[in-house]
Amino acid sequence: MSFVRIVCLFLCLLIPACSSEQNDPYPASERGLNILYSAFTERPKHLDPAQSYTEDEITFTAQIYEPPLQYHYLKRPYTLIPATSTSVPVARYTDAQGRDLPADAAPDRIAYSIYEVRIRPGIRYQPHPAFALDAAGQPVYGTVDGERLRAIETLADFPSVSTRELVADDYIYQIKRLAHPRLHSPIFGMMAERIVGLRELGKVLQDEASRLPAAAWLDLDRFALPGVTRLDRYSYRITLRGKYPQFVYWLAMPFFAPVPREVDRFYAQPGMAEKNLTLDWYPVGTGPFMLTENNPNSRMVLQRNPNFHGETYPCDGEAADRAAGLLADCGQPLPFIERAVFSREKESIPYWNKFLQGYYDASSISSDSFDQAVRLGVGGDIELSDEMRGKGIRLLTSVRASIFYLGFNMLDPIVGGLSEQTTRLRQALSIAIDQEEFISIFMNGRGIAASSPLPPGIFGYLEGEEGSNPVVYDWVHGQARRKPLSAARKLLAEAGWPNGRHATTGEPLVLNLDTTTGGMGEKSRLDWLTRQFAKLEIQLVVRSTDFNRFQDKVRKGAVQLYYLGWNADYPDPENFLFLLAGPEGKVARGGENASNYANPEYDRLFEQMKNMESDGPRAAERLRIIRQAVAVLQHDAPWIYGFHPKSYTLGHAWLHNRKPSDVGNNILKYQRIDGGERARLRQAWNRPVLWPLFAIALLLVGLLLPAVLAYRRRERGTAC
Amino acid sequence: MLAYIVRRLLYALPILIGVNLITFALFFVVNTPDDMARMQLGVKRVTPEAIAKWKAERGYDRPLFINAEAAGTGVVTETIFFAKSVRMFAGDFGRAEDGRDIAREIRLRMEPSLAIAVPTFILGLLVSVSFALLLTFFRAGSLDFWGVFVCVAMMSISGLFYIIGGQYLVSKLWRLVPISGYAGGFDAWKFLILPVVIGVVSGIGASTRWYRTMFLEEIAKDYVRTARAKGLSEVVVLFRHVLRNALIPILTGVVVVIPLLFMGSLLSESFFGIPGLGSYTIDAINAQDFAVVRAMVFIGSLLYIIGLILTDLSYTLVDPRIRFV
Repeated sequence: MSFVRIVCLFLCLLIPACSSEQNDPYPASERGLNILYSAFTERPKHLDPAQSYTEDEITFTAQIYEPPLQYHYLKRPYTLIPATSTSVPVARYTDAQGRDLPADAAPDRIAYSIYEVRIRPGIRYQPHPAFALDAAGQPVYGTVDGERLRAIETLADFPSVSTRELVADDYIYQIKRLAHPRLHSPIFGMMAERIVGLRELGKVLQDEASRLPAAAWLDLDRFALPGVTRLDRYSYRITLRGKYPQFVYWLAMPFFAPVPREVDRFYAQPGMAEKNLTLDWYPVGTGPFMLTENNPNSRMVLQRNPNFHGETYPCDGEAADRAAGLLADCGQPLPFIERAVFSREKESIPYWNKFLQGYYDASSISSDSFDQAVRLGVGGDIELSDEMRGKGIRLLTSVRASIFYLGFNMLDPIVGGLSEQTTRLRQALSIAIDQEEFISIFMNGRGIAASSPLPPGIFGYLEGEEGSNPVVYDWVHGQARRKPLSAARKLLAEAGWPNGRHATTGEPLVLNLDTTTGGMGEKSRLDWLTRQFAKLEIQLVVRSTDFNRFQDKVRKGAVQLYYLGWNADYPDPENFLFLLAGPEGKVARGGENASNYANPEYDRLFEQMKNMESDGPRAAERLRIIRQAVAVLQHDAPWIYGFHPKSYTLGHAWLHNRKPSDVGNNILKYQRIDGGERARLRQAWNRPVLWPLFAIALLLVGLLLPAVLAYRRRERGTAC
Repeated sequence: MLAYIVRRLLYALPILIGVNLITFALFFVVNTPDDMARMQLGVKRVTPEAIAKWKAERGYDRPLFINAEAAGTGVVTETIFFAKSVRMFAGDFGRAEDGRDIAREIRLRMEPSLAIAVPTFILGLLVSVSFALLLTFFRAGSLDFWGVFVCVAMMSISGLFYIIGGQYLVSKLWRLVPISGYAGGFDAWKFLILPVVIGVVSGIGASTRWYRTMFLEEIAKDYVRTARAKGLSEVVVLFRHVLRNALIPILTGVVVVIPLLFMGSLLSESFFGIPGLGSYTIDAINAQDFAVVRAMVFIGSLLYIIGLILTDLSYTLVDPRIRFV
């Protein structure tokens, strides 16, 4: 082939490259389609609704499974509304003899709470081979032998699929699965305390499983669960021990989503698990989307469920929602998008750059890209950078329903206990550690300092002077101002440690902080913290360890100070205040109270509060009790209330109806994409720059030419 | 030759047992079965009963090496080490801690790993050998000096810099290929160009210098002088004589690497979003998934041993003086 021909071929290859979007990571066939593109960092471990509990997992499971209830997409505070149920169930109370009690009966009189859930008829599952029936009405894939399974690699390889109607039995089956000994549901222990008969069912199933071969199917329909009974085809009843008003929030989580018995049977067949054909890999639900591609190493694809029951976009929300355009699609059928493609991005740099190129529709802001994305306004407010605004990108912010805190081990002789001295020591430290500075330096201002365990948006959170922690802040000119260091020093002296030394022995006060070894920036964070303690002449010793050792030390109470955080399971103050309830003590009971804080007064108030609802006639009373409980916590200071993080999300102009939500996770169905606008902007933003290729080619020629010339010179020289 | 291969494979057995033992010991020095259970079950609302059940179901409730309560051979066989190791030697890697089949996962991830590793290896070898021959040709001249200077500069730069710099220039500024991602089949090419080019470029410095040293060593030998005396051109001398004879030491380093190409690249796969075996190993380490870590270390050791055997075999192909007895 002559040189001229090679050059021509090269130029021919470059012609398509001149078009645009050579950097498009998606197949050309997807261009212009109604697809939402997103990314995930951690591969989901479990997609089985009995096991799945983490944020990485619920991103997918919440779009597929439908529990009876869901959260209103736009309303705040978060409001429960029906999903597959006809209404939000209201508890009925009975005493030990089964006699009905009034709704305001004293909690100690209530032996059982009864919830009756009625689901809407006509809801159908996504197409799935487990539902396929032959002419005789028998499952087509009731017995898939090894020979037949050899040709099967994914669920799509089963030629026959079908569906069936959602019935109450499917919900009952799933609740029994919480007790399945091989599933290790994270909420089994907690629910076994509540749902009548669940603990006993767990023991029976454990015995049965030990008798059966390792992978044999456990038909849960053979085992009764007295606390969950079928009323009719579309209704079931759940009976709980005592009063537990927060139970309705659990009914909005995938743990209580339906699982059809035939699906469980289908996946339990020999050879299925070896091919990853499990509910954990291929979930089955009635939700708006179904998982059609599950490659958690690379990408996961959710496709619109063709059998999804009718649901429309909400017409009401918060006051600002209309101005933000979030009500423009009122009454439109859901979901808007046909498909959602989630690509795995382990590193933040490629994720961010692909977002800027328009290949992801939304992105969070990592620390690396913060300065490029936003800037501080004149009044200290955060606004988008010019580059982002130029691209039409929108900034969505919200305070997360989470808290990060520095906890004291209340069993420790120096910092623990409820004596006045140790309390003042903790109060002094609460003042000295400047959370506002921490948020400003290490979080780019993405957080608000906490005054109590309750974050904004949770019933009981108070703004203004009422919500300010009087131990740490003074209220000056309408805003909270951290108390001066002199106040902390005074408290420290009253605690018996004037100037950081023991009042009688003169020994310096040395405190130990146990923490997990963090990533980049951890050292500077810990240096900053050490300086905060040094302001009171207290020496801080940082004991970094891996997460497992840290957990172990916390469990054994072998820590003095520690860092932890908590994300809300559901939007109720109980879900935060229980973290300091005495009966939840980590050392004594293995609970979630890592500080082992136990104040009888607080426990009394907590018990009162947790048995009340946040709406209805007793809401004001509940609020009053919460305020008292929070005041006790602020005085005792078992935690240094750190901060509630803010989430910053960027969305492209073509992405509509995006509203941050911390507890409602089934948000995909509300989002809408303007595919035409996306295609136009992507094309404009991604024109390839070809001159560097020619420059590199010239450079190579420039480098090789002297070599060629020298070679020829040498060869000629040798010939002479 | 067959007897030699069989003998070498038998030697490999104690090595593999030793590697398995060390992996096991190291893993359980830093992780207890309780830690593994907590990692898999999550942090929230995990009860001691759930941890105990998780361990019992997976056989992690037994002692690590010695079961003092067992009788007879049970002292050794009823332990975590024995139970987890025997099946692996039979080729059964079992399941990851999240319940997924390890052998299947390895099969799935092998293709992306090879898709990036094989072209990088072949192109890297060709480019480095060619560059080294070029420098050898112009040895002791200014081209050689500056060539070595560039090589030293290139090998002094971190691999991460090449990756991030390459992504920035080629994908972000010039918008020529996707910055990360992967697709199967023919569509993979556009995702592979950049990692392969970066892999080749980042490896040029070190390997060129090494090959150049080999070539310079050969070029000073008598047979080369004889070839020149016969009137052969320098190019013929280099390619026909020097290259062939320098292959023996080069093979030592090159052939042993070939089987390990299956293991993938930890850094590249992570940054370019390639779902290969390198990222599988990293994920398993992060998730404290002992089953996967052990399987990958085992396979890595096995491949390394195979690589060493292949290296020995390849000597017979390039050096007629070497014969198996």
